[in-house]
Amino acid sequence: MNGIHDMGGMHGFGRVPIEVNEPVFHEEWEGRVWAINLCTRMPAGLRPEIEVIPPASYLRYSYYEKWLHAKVEGLIKAGLIDRDELAQREVAIAADPAAVANPIIEPARVTERLERLHTFNSPDTEPTGEPQFRAGNEVRVRNINPPGHTRMPRYTRGHIGIVQQLWGWHRIEDQDPPGVMTERAEPVYSVRFEGAELWGDQAEPNQAVYIDMWESYLESPETTGPNSESNGSSKS
Amino acid sequence: MSGHHDDGHTHEQSEPEIRTKALESLLVEKGLISTDEIDEVARLYEQDIGPMNGAKVVARAWTDPEYKRRLLEEGTSAIAELGYEGAQGAKIAVFENTSDVHNMVVCTLCSCYPWPVLGLPPTWYKSEAYRSRAVIEPRSVLKEFGTELEDEVEVRVWDSNSEVRYMVLPERPAGTEGMSEEQLIDIVTRDAMIGVTRVPAPASAV
Repeated sequence: MNGIHDMGGMHGFGRVPIEVNEPVFHEEWEGRVWAINLCTRMPAGLRPEIEVIPPASYLRYSYYEKWLHAKVEGLIKAGLIDRDELAQREVAIAADPAAVANPIIEPARVTERLERLHTFNSPDTEPTGEPQFRAGNEVRVRNINPPGHTRMPRYTRGHIGIVQQLWGWHRIEDQDPPGVMTERAEPVYSVRFEGAELWGDQAEPNQAVYIDMWESYLESPETTGPNSESNGSSKS
Repeated sequence: MSGHHDDGHTHEQSEPEIRTKALESLLVEKGLISTDEIDEVARLYEQDIGPMNGAKVVARAWTDPEYKRRLLEEGTSAIAELGYEGAQGAKIAVFENTSDVHNMVVCTLCSCYPWPVLGLPPTWYKSEAYRSRAVIEPRSVLKEFGTELEDEVEVRVWDSNSEVRYMVLPERPAGTEGMSEEQLIDIVTRDAMIGVTRVPAPASAV
């Protein structure tokens, strides 16, 4: 979706806020949100929930507040918690910090969790055809505007780059329509875009951006124009 | 660490803190998580998984040309040789900074980052300023980190939009030829492995 999260190339955010000797977590709750997130992962992931946070809130929330918000919304949608019971519990804990759950200790569960976090979960899947592009090919990024989750940053749309290499076949993460996952896998390429191609005369000297492109994001600039209806994933 | 022994009366509870405690309480009571599971995962990312892992990869690559070749060719397996793998590191590609090419990593859409080697990202990496500017004005961003590059040096910005994660192999600073792998580990910085700084020559080596 063309959301506030798609920030590449935007102006107006000022200097990079560099904190020397920054702790991993600034507040204890941040670490707990992080751990809760990793221990209650859901198939669709949470990025779509973060991307639909209204823009004004997105910019106001800290990083861990975004994850907290997304986790709560995801768990409610999955039917695992109820919005009212959460609100009631918040009121209780605000009034009395001791109104939290009694600790549950399950060492076997900890062991299993750590094993899962260390598992080598490669995105690579079995190829189901021949990649359409090869290293050295010129490609144009298609002008698509999916309303759901997509991994194509808008600053690349319509621009021409050069395929560098094929990373492998990965599941397409886009949700079109929103909220609907697909199991389809496609070749994912590393594509190089020159700074001047992306940013015109404003580009800094001698700069390039490398970004990964699922095959259906791309079309061949020789055979199609930027407004072509053709589908870049179709096999020639 | 544990949030459950915090008496809560010594400070004002913030809104996200209250919400987090409420959420954790519900999930524990429903049996969806255990308290020690949350304790341990938070501890893991706070203490065990961090840039000290990546520093060992870099120091090995600086001292072992054969390892460096494997690392640049197939990052994931070379990194796994040192025992670092898992969440957000299932496919890691490593790029070498040289006197001609400077690589730096960003995630404009989110804050994707190679956890097994660098841990969780610093706030600046997740900031709107870095995410928006790194792709359009990388040299100006680098200057804010004190990294000045001649125009002749090509800047390559890696936007982490797929499931591939990126790490930079910084240039080994001059004057460190006599240092051991163990000593080199100590001079490698997180920011150099993201590609926003160079590894400075240690004072003793200048």
